[in-house]
Amino acid sequence: MAAELHVALVAADREVWSGEATLVVARTTSGDIGVMPGHQPLLGVLESGPVTIRTSDGGTVVAAVHGGFVSFADNKLSLLAEIAELSDEIDVQRTERELERAKAEGDAAAERRADVRLRAAAAR
Amino acid sequence: MGAQLRVYKRRIRSVTATKKITKAMEMIAASRVVKAQRKVAASTPYAQELTRAVTAVGTGSNTKHPLTTQAETVTRAAVLLLTSDRGLAGAFNSNAIKAAEQLTERLEREGKQVDTYIVGRRGVAHYNFRERKIAEQWSGFTDEPAYGDAKKVAAPLIEAIEKETADGGVDELHIVYTEFVSMMTQNAVEARLLPLSLDEVAEETATKGEILPLFDFEPSAEDVLDALLPRYVESRIYNALLQSAASKHAATRRAMKSATDNAGELINTLSRLANAARQAEITQEISEIVGGSAALADATAGSDK
Repeated sequence: MAAELHVALVAADREVWSGEATLVVARTTSGDIGVMPGHQPLLGVLESGPVTIRTSDGGTVVAAVHGGFVSFADNKLSLLAEIAELSDEIDVQRTERELERAKAEGDAAAERRADVRLRAAAAR
Repeated sequence: MGAQLRVYKRRIRSVTATKKITKAMEMIAASRVVKAQRKVAASTPYAQELTRAVTAVGTGSNTKHPLTTQAETVTRAAVLLLTSDRGLAGAFNSNAIKAAEQLTERLEREGKQVDTYIVGRRGVAHYNFRERKIAEQWSGFTDEPAYGDAKKVAAPLIEAIEKETADGGVDELHIVYTEFVSMMTQNAVEARLLPLSLDEVAEETATKGEILPLFDFEPSAEDVLDALLPRYVESRIYNALLQSAASKHAATRRAMKSATDNAGELINTLSRLANAARQAEITQEISEIVGGSAALADATAGSDK
């Protein structure tokens, strides 16, 4: 059996997902980073972007994460985000509407959020 | 029906109506406390992980940051006071306000100028009535605060602390809120949020005594700390807002419960008085009839002769 790491994806107001995984890919400010079991202790700043978690039973969990941190120690990985949504929680149509509106209003932050959501939803 | 009796009946009716209202408010508050408590619990994992991360950076690197270093001379301090938008919560708001006033007084004695930031209409009204200056105020979300609200509150505070003192920035940030201990106990507490003392933070974490691993910082310890500390402040404010909300609902529940109890007692007393009044009326009527018939009997007896 492959080594596992425990992942907790935590948003400010709830725990979004937690479980065992073999690989986690997240986007930090200095580029994408992949964490596998036994990685060196790490503390990084996350960018808005999709986070991919390869679970130990072979499945894949994709979440849209908007800002936050990744910390890894003792085979425990915590993804802290102010806002985090699993890909299957994302309503694609609503997000598309949001994207349109954000573009029309020139709201760069909202546009980026909607874009990340759509990318996460597309990756599932 | 006599005038006295009618007055009692009317008062009983009005007290009964009031009792119904306070009973309903009590039950609403009770259900909200549970909801607010659940929100406090849901926000705990994030706060815990964040505190752990702050401790890790603080102990794992020698980084200096304006948010963790104590200014040599503190000239200005910010006090954030959390109250509620609505009253009917017993001493909830006045306790928080009193705690804030004591803190302000203490800081002023230490020669610091105090900027007051207030959340909640009750606190704002209190300060406005006394014509005290409020640096910034927020209201409208105290019953069910969301994380976005905490961010809104934290933003100007973080901005103020990052500014140089000479340009109107502050050196310290204190927060006054009501800690939710249990359904029966809520305490107004004050805490210094910034500058952050890492020892205290380490004490708060459940991971006390544990040796934290040597972290690899991505991109660098300074950048991580830069990003981490504002989030930490936000999460602390969020937690304080949630606890305040839970405390407010618990205080409302208790106030409304005693109001309901008092109304019940009042109804009992009034019913007894009404019964006595009714009985007195009946007694009076009987004695009037008896007296009247006796007088009539006397009169007829006299005319027979």
